[in-house]
Amino acid sequence: MPSGFSWNGASSDVWRGRRPRVRWPRVRQAAKGQGRKLAAILLAGKREAVVDNHHATIPHRACGSMETGAVFPQLPESEARRAPEGDGGNGSVDGDATSRNPFEGLVSHLRASWLSGKTRPMEYRMAQLKALGHFLDDKKQQILEATASDLGKAPFEAELSEILLCKNELHETLNNLSCWMKDEQVDRTLAMQLDSAFIRKDPYGVVLIIAPWNYPIHLFLVPLVGAIAAGNCVIVKPSEVSKKTERLVAEALPDYLDKDCFAVVTGGVQETTRLLENKFDYIFFTGSPPVGRVVMTAAAKHLTPVTLELGGKNPCYVSDTCDVTNVARRVAWGRFFNAGQTCIAPDYLLCTIEMQEKLLPALRKAIDDFYGPNPRESPDFGRIVSDKQFQRLRALLGSGRVAIGGQTDEAERYIAPTVLVDVQPLDPIMQEEIFGPILPIMIITNMDEAIDFINSRERPLAVYAFSSDDKVVNQVLERTSSGGFCGNDTLMHVTLPSLPFGGIGNSGLGTHHGKFSFDTFSHHRGCLKRGMGWECLNAPRYPPYSQQKFGVIRAMSKVRCKNDCTLL
Amino acid sequence: METGAVFPQLPESEARRAPEGDGGNGSVDGDATRNPFEGLVSHLRASWLSGKTRPMEYRMAQLKALGHFLDDKKQQILEATASDLGKAPFEAELSEILLCKNELHETLNNLSCWMKDEQVDRTLAMQLDSAFIRKDPYGVVLIIAPWNYPIHLFLVPLVGAIAAGNCVIVKPSEVSKKTERLVAEALPDYLDKDCFAVVTGGVQETTRLLENKFDYIFFTGSPPVGRVVMTAAAKHLTPVTLELGGKNPCYVSDTCDVTNVARRVAWGRFFNAGQTCIAPDYLLCTIEMQEKLLPALRKAIDDFYGPNPRESPDFGRIVSDKQFQRLRALLGSGRVAIGGQTDEAERYIAPTVLVDVQPLDPIMQEEIFGPILPIMIITNMDEAIDFINSRERPLAVYAFSSDDKVVNQVLERTSSGGFCGNDTLMHVTLPSLPFGGIGNSGLGTHHGKFSFDTFSHHRGCLKRGMGWECLNAPRYPPYSQQKFGVIRAMSKVRCKNDCTLL
Repeated sequence: MPSGFSWNGASSDVWRGRRPRVRWPRVRQAAKGQGRKLAAILLAGKREAVVDNHHATIPHRACGSMETGAVFPQLPESEARRAPEGDGGNGSVDGDATSRNPFEGLVSHLRASWLSGKTRPMEYRMAQLKALGHFLDDKKQQILEATASDLGKAPFEAELSEILLCKNELHETLNNLSCWMKDEQVDRTLAMQLDSAFIRKDPYGVVLIIAPWNYPIHLFLVPLVGAIAAGNCVIVKPSEVSKKTERLVAEALPDYLDKDCFAVVTGGVQETTRLLENKFDYIFFTGSPPVGRVVMTAAAKHLTPVTLELGGKNPCYVSDTCDVTNVARRVAWGRFFNAGQTCIAPDYLLCTIEMQEKLLPALRKAIDDFYGPNPRESPDFGRIVSDKQFQRLRALLGSGRVAIGGQTDEAERYIAPTVLVDVQPLDPIMQEEIFGPILPIMIITNMDEAIDFINSRERPLAVYAFSSDDKVVNQVLERTSSGGFCGNDTLMHVTLPSLPFGGIGNSGLGTHHGKFSFDTFSHHRGCLKRGMGWECLNAPRYPPYSQQKFGVIRAMSKVRCKNDCTLL
Repeated sequence: METGAVFPQLPESEARRAPEGDGGNGSVDGDATRNPFEGLVSHLRASWLSGKTRPMEYRMAQLKALGHFLDDKKQQILEATASDLGKAPFEAELSEILLCKNELHETLNNLSCWMKDEQVDRTLAMQLDSAFIRKDPYGVVLIIAPWNYPIHLFLVPLVGAIAAGNCVIVKPSEVSKKTERLVAEALPDYLDKDCFAVVTGGVQETTRLLENKFDYIFFTGSPPVGRVVMTAAAKHLTPVTLELGGKNPCYVSDTCDVTNVARRVAWGRFFNAGQTCIAPDYLLCTIEMQEKLLPALRKAIDDFYGPNPRESPDFGRIVSDKQFQRLRALLGSGRVAIGGQTDEAERYIAPTVLVDVQPLDPIMQEEIFGPILPIMIITNMDEAIDFINSRERPLAVYAFSSDDKVVNQVLERTSSGGFCGNDTLMHVTLPSLPFGGIGNSGLGTHHGKFSFDTFSHHRGCLKRGMGWECLNAPRYPPYSQQKFGVIRAMSKVRCKNDCTLL
C-alpha cells in the first residue's frame, strides 16, 4: 500500500474525532468464585458496576463509557467458571505503574484461556473453524452489502474474494488439519535408535491479527483460519477505514466463536498503538510498509515473531512475443479488479514501444468489453475506499499522459480504468504503490533492461511476466526477487492454498495460506524422548574424556557424507 | 582499519566484474556520515545480484571449503577455544567441529533435493499450468554470533545461509578474542571474498553494521540485545532469527533412576562450564527427590571431574571477568550444597549445586550461564508445570521420569523452544530436529533443512500458458451468476468427509 499515511492507509480524518465504537458485553451471572478474576479482567474496561455486582445483567450496548473499543468476550455462566486458570503467566510484562493499558485485561483473559489448554484439542479447533464457515454462510448477504457500501465492490468480486476463497482456505484446513497437527517423526542417529525424535506443532498462544480495508473479510479471515487451526487464541483488529465491514465483523463474528478465546477489537491509530503495547505471542499484520515498521518495532519490545503482508509496486513485463489480446484481458482484469485496490495487482507494465502500440488498443477493447463504454455505469467496477485515497490517486493521474480513461468523480470516489503512457521512472506514480485503477506503461528496450529496472527497485509482492516463450518467463523468474510470481496471468497464484503467499524485503516477511498459515501460527518444537536406562550408551560422552571415548561418539553420531564427498 | 572489517580483497580479475548494480533493492544508507560498512554491504549485494551464488555447484564448493577450514584449522580451533574458555579439547572437538561437520554433511547430502522446486496441488482450472515453490535466496545475510560456542554458533547458520545461495557477513563475538581473531584471519581464505566477509568489533561496530539494510539477520545472544537487533531490523523490514537464552527448567519426578538422572543433568549443566544456552538451568523436584539427588550429583561430579575439579583438564573456565563476577554474586542465593569454590585469577567456579533457593532469589531472575545448579522444591508435577508456565518461555524444557505419562504431561502442558525427555542437550545434536526458541528464548528455527529453509524465501510461483483464454472467460466482467457458478465449480476446494459446511 502507498506509503506516507497512517494505519493501513487510514485517512486520519476518518478516525479523528470519531469515538471508537463500544460493544458492551452481555456479562451474565459470573460465578461467585470467579469474581476476583473477573474483576481483573473487567477492570480494563472500567466497568466497576459489573465487578461490584456479579449477578448484574448488563444490557447489550447499555452505556458508552468504555474508551477502548474492545468487543469484550462475553462470559456465559458455564464458560466463566472454568476459564481463567492462570494469571497471565508466560512473561506478561505490561501494566506497570502509570496508566493501565486498556487492552491488558482482554489480553490476559485470552492468555488464561490459552494456558488452560482448551484451544489445543483438534475437535475444539474444528468446531471453531466450522463456526467460521457458518459465519460466512449466514452473513453472506451482509458481507456483500457491507463491501458494496465500503468499496462499491461488485457482488461477484465480493463473493469470489471475500467468501469463496475464504471457504476454500477453510475446507483445505478442515480436510488436512488432523494430518498437519500430527507429530512429525524425524531421522535419528545411530546412538538414538531407541529414542523418539519428533517435531510437535505447538500453538504460540495469543495472536494479534491486524487487517486492512481492501479485502476487509478475506484479509482477517484467512489468517484467522490458520491461527485457530494451530490452536491459538486470537484478537482480530479489522480496519476502521472499511467502516461497514468493521461494524459487521465486530457485531456478528463474536457470536460464532468462543468468546473466551477470540475477540474483535476496533479502533484507529490510537487504539492500535495501545493494543500493540501488550505482549502477544504472534502478530500478523497486513498493511503498508511504514506501518509494518511500526508494528515490527513494537513486536521487538516483546520479542514477538511477526508476519508482515505489505504491498509493493508489482512489475508486469510483457515480451514482444505474446498474444496481445489475452495479455490485455488478463492484465486489465488484475489491475481493475476491486478498482485496483489489490496488493498483488500488476502496478505497472514494462514493455517495448512497439508492444505498447499493440497493447493500447487491446487494453481499450478489454476495458470496453469488461465495463462497457462508460465504466461509471457498470455495476462491476468498484469505487475508491476514502476521500483521502481518492485525492491521492487523482493527483497521480498527472504523471505521464492519459491514453485510456482518466475520468474522475469526487462525489462517488470514482476513477475510471486508466492507462498512462510516456511515464518516466521519477514521476510520482512510479514512487509509490498505486493501489487504484491506474496502469502506467514504462518503456524498456528489452528483457534485460526490464529485469534491471525491477532489480533496481524495492522487492515487490509479485512479479508478472508475459511471453509465449517459456524461456523468457523463466529468465524473469530466475533473475528477479519477489514475494510471488505468476507467468502469463495476474493474481491467480494467490488463489491456490497450496502455494505460500508472502512478501520479501519491502513487500513483507513470512508466508501464509493453507498449510503455510498453520505452520506460521505453530511453533515447531523439536522434541527428543529418551529412555531412563541404557546409561552405558551415554558413558562415552562423560568426563574424564579420552580419545577412545571420542572415537565412539564420532562413530555413533556422525552424519556421513554420501557420494564423492571429499570431506571424509 | 578502524571498522574492524576484514574487507574482501578484490583481485584484479574479480574487481573488474564485481559491482554490477549500485546496491539496488532499496539500500537506504549513506546519508550524511557514511556508514563504515556501506561499501562492504553493497559490494556483497552486487555479487548477489550478479547471480553467482545461485548455482548448486557454487554453493557446494563453498560448503566444502568450510569443511576444509574445519579440517585444516582443527588444532587452532582447539587452542583458541581452550584459551578463551578453557574448553576441554574433547568438548571443543565435539561441539565446535564434529557437530558442525554433521551439519555440513547433512547439507551436502541433501542440498540438491532441498533446492528443487516443490510442485504443489492445483485446482481443476489450473491443470494445464505449473504451480511450484521456488527456494530463492534472500540476498545479503548478517550472522551475529556469541562467544560460548564461538565456532559452532556462526558456522552452523553459515552453512544454511550458503546452502540457500546468499552472500553473508559473519560477525563473531569480540568476547572470545582468540577465536574471533582466528575466524577473521583464516576463514576469508577459504571462501569467495566477493560474497562472504568477516566483520569484527564490539557494540559500536555492531550498531553501525546494523544500520545497513540486510535481507536476513541471524542473531544468537541475549534477549536484551535481541530486542535491539530486531528493532534495527524493523527499520528495513528485515526478517530475523533470534536464538536467545532462557532459564531452562529441568523437572525430575519421584519415579526415576536417580544415578542416571544425576549424571545426565550434571553433564548438561557442567559441559563448557555451564556456558550453554540449552543447559538445564535449574532443577524442579520434591524435597524427597532432592535428598536422593544430592549424593548422586556429588558422585557424578566426582566421577566426572575428580575430587578437585579445578585440576581436571575436562572442566572449563568462565569466559570473562565480568561474567565471573556476575556468577560469583549468584552463589549467594540459597545455600551451597556441593562445590561453591571460586578462583578469580583463573575465572574458575567449581561445579556447584544450590539448595534452599527461593523463586525471588537473584539466581532465579536471570539465565545462569555458568556451572551452578539451583534446586527449586515443588510438591508435585502440577506445581512444577505451573511454575514453568508462570515464567518466560525457555529455550528447552527437560523432564525426567520413568513414567512416560509424566514426561508427556510436561511436554504437553508447557511451551518452550525444544524439549528433551530423560536427558539434557541431546535434542540439539540431531540436524533433523528444528532448533529455536519461543517468546523470550527467541524466534525462528535452524539446523539441517530448517537452516536452509530459514535462509530461503519460499516463493509461490504459477506459470500459465498464453492461450486457453476461454478458460478465463468466466472471471471477467460483465459478471453474472452463471459465470460465478463456473468459477466456483472450477476452483472450489471441497470439504471431505462429514464436513457440514457444504
